Amino acid sequence: MHRYGILKTSLNALRRNVMRTMLTTLGIVIGVAAVITMTEIGNGASIAIQRTMASMGANTLVVIPGAANTGGINFGFGSLMTLTPQDADAIIEECPAVRSVAPIVRARTQLIFGNRNYVPTYLYGTTPAFLDIRDWTDLENGEAFTEHDVRNANKVCIIGRTIVRQLFGEESPIGKEIRIRNVAFKVVGVLRAKGANMMGMDQDDILLAPWTTIKYRVVASSLSAANQSNTNTGNSNEVNTLSQIYPNLQQNLYPVASSTEQTDTPQPIRFTNVDQILTAAQSASQIPSAMQQMTVLLRERHHLLIPDPDDFNIRDMTEITKAMSSTTELITKLLLCVAMISLVVGGIGIMNIMLVSVTERTREIGLRMAVGAAPSDILRQFLTEAVVLCLIGGTMGIMLGRSASYIVTSVLHWPTAASVGAIVVSVFVSASVGVIFGFYPAWKASRLDPIDALRYE
Amino acid sequence: MDLIELHDIRKTYRLGEVDLPVLMGVSLNVSRGEFVALMGSSGSGKSTLMNIVGCLDRPTAGAYWLDGREISKLNASERARLRNRMIGFVFQTFNLLPRTSALENVMMPLIYSRENLTDNQKKQRAVSLLEKVGLADRLDHLPSQLSGGQQQRVAIARSLINHPQVLLADEPTGNLDSRTNAELLQMLQQLNSSDGITILIVTHDPGVAQHARRTVYIKDGLIEQSLSI
Repeated sequence: MHRYGILKTSLNALRRNVMRTMLTTLGIVIGVAAVITMTEIGNGASIAIQRTMASMGANTLVVIPGAANTGGINFGFGSLMTLTPQDADAIIEECPAVRSVAPIVRARTQLIFGNRNYVPTYLYGTTPAFLDIRDWTDLENGEAFTEHDVRNANKVCIIGRTIVRQLFGEESPIGKEIRIRNVAFKVVGVLRAKGANMMGMDQDDILLAPWTTIKYRVVASSLSAANQSNTNTGNSNEVNTLSQIYPNLQQNLYPVASSTEQTDTPQPIRFTNVDQILTAAQSASQIPSAMQQMTVLLRERHHLLIPDPDDFNIRDMTEITKAMSSTTELITKLLLCVAMISLVVGGIGIMNIMLVSVTERTREIGLRMAVGAAPSDILRQFLTEAVVLCLIGGTMGIMLGRSASYIVTSVLHWPTAASVGAIVVSVFVSASVGVIFGFYPAWKASRLDPIDALRYE
Repeated sequence: MDLIELHDIRKTYRLGEVDLPVLMGVSLNVSRGEFVALMGSSGSGKSTLMNIVGCLDRPTAGAYWLDGREISKLNASERARLRNRMIGFVFQTFNLLPRTSALENVMMPLIYSRENLTDNQKKQRAVSLLEKVGLADRLDHLPSQLSGGQQQRVAIARSLINHPQVLLADEPTGNLDSRTNAELLQMLQQLNSSDGITILIVTHDPGVAQHARRTVYIKDGLIEQSLSI
């Protein structure tokens, strides 16, 4: 028997009772439509959750310098000055798993505007990529500083809501100048309010400026230098001296070594260092490879030999990442359950009607056997009918599901995301449902005795 | 060798604990081109014999050669293939597929055929058979739109689509009035004489049996007498 002949026979049989065919497929239509809609809503939700998590910094990796260890005293991570802006450039160029990189120079000092002053929690010198990594690119007002500003060490800054409130009150800060250690920074933008982070730190209490400006015009050295307290205590004396344009605290970047020490341990010369490098992985799943690529790259750039320990440390947001993956996993599993239940119900509907159909068409089966249909032909015919039913139902279900999720988006404003995977799986699953639930009725039909079947009333 | 050779065919049905013998050693030869009527009262075993001849059933014991081939031991699929190629069936109740046109009803057995025909060839064959049975203008009619005699003629056309050697008719006139009856029997005679198709017809109506060239009487599972005209 030819495949084409079987398909045609099955289609004819289904066409002979259009109403019943439609009602039978309804179970599968609703099942598949439910799967598609739920998957799309779930995808939308999971993308929305991922976006939220990302704005909390789920994909963020922080590279900080290693711990300085002098004379048996460990100064803690960040006390070495081993990271350079060139490291940041190399990371973005050579690590494919890294999406974005921003070097950070930290400072903690007073801001002055008019007769008000304030010390922000975060005073960061960085690049515009920082906003991309923290998912903060849509500013409330004004615009971010540019790469051009970074190259030229322009005195511009963007500030968070908290600083606006502290220094400007109801006034618009755009275009105003804030003095930081007697250097006047023009406010070009205001960051969207973000609230506190998971540790309770106010994320809006932040000032961002080009790292070159902060580095060369404000701190002139890293605050995470080993003798941190020394730098800070100096502030009150010098900042208020109006005659100074540039900070006078010119520290040596490296401790002055005696000539013996210099010959014993030649120090690599660094022109400048940064306090940390903030990077974002392409996605949550690429975090491990991003860490690995950065470790290899930085070890090579820092000329570390195999036995040497890393002179830097890469931190990931394990807690957030875990929360994110477990949330998305939960959603996926939940949807899978819903999908299974509705498809099984639809499949049982198909089996039911196919059994009725076999009984009803007993004489037809007997006749087909009499004119030469082998049991396998009958089996294949009824199986094909069931699969065709399910595929028709699947196709209609996909269309119904797509339109349902479109309506959900446009009426309820829920986020949905089209999922090709869900469509492929639905087609596959509905065909399998046809085979699984169509097999018993088809097998029953094929086992009929032609003599009894022909006499069946 | 004859087209159909039955040798000591026995068929016993098992009803629970009791064995019910239906055929008790039937031997019958039908040669090519014969027109045989099988007569007997109901319960005589004529339908069982017909089922065995039509390869729908297997005998409990005995041998059956169809066209020189021993077929009493074939399995269901092999018998199905044989039926498709060798045997045409005409039933008392016509057994046409409902809501399916006359043309498609006639073409139906071709789906299970091993012959490689194009759709056009299949259609031509069916159309010419329907013309032969005088239904050229009813190709697209559904069984419900046809009279009993027309339906039976469609069934005859269907039985001939695979060029069978044997035509088995089980009470073909049972559901028809006497006038269409005569037409139908004439058609069968015509097929027998001009196309040389071997015809076996089961009936309990002596008037129908008269049309056959040989009448075989069966009683209580045994052949009682065989009369040739």
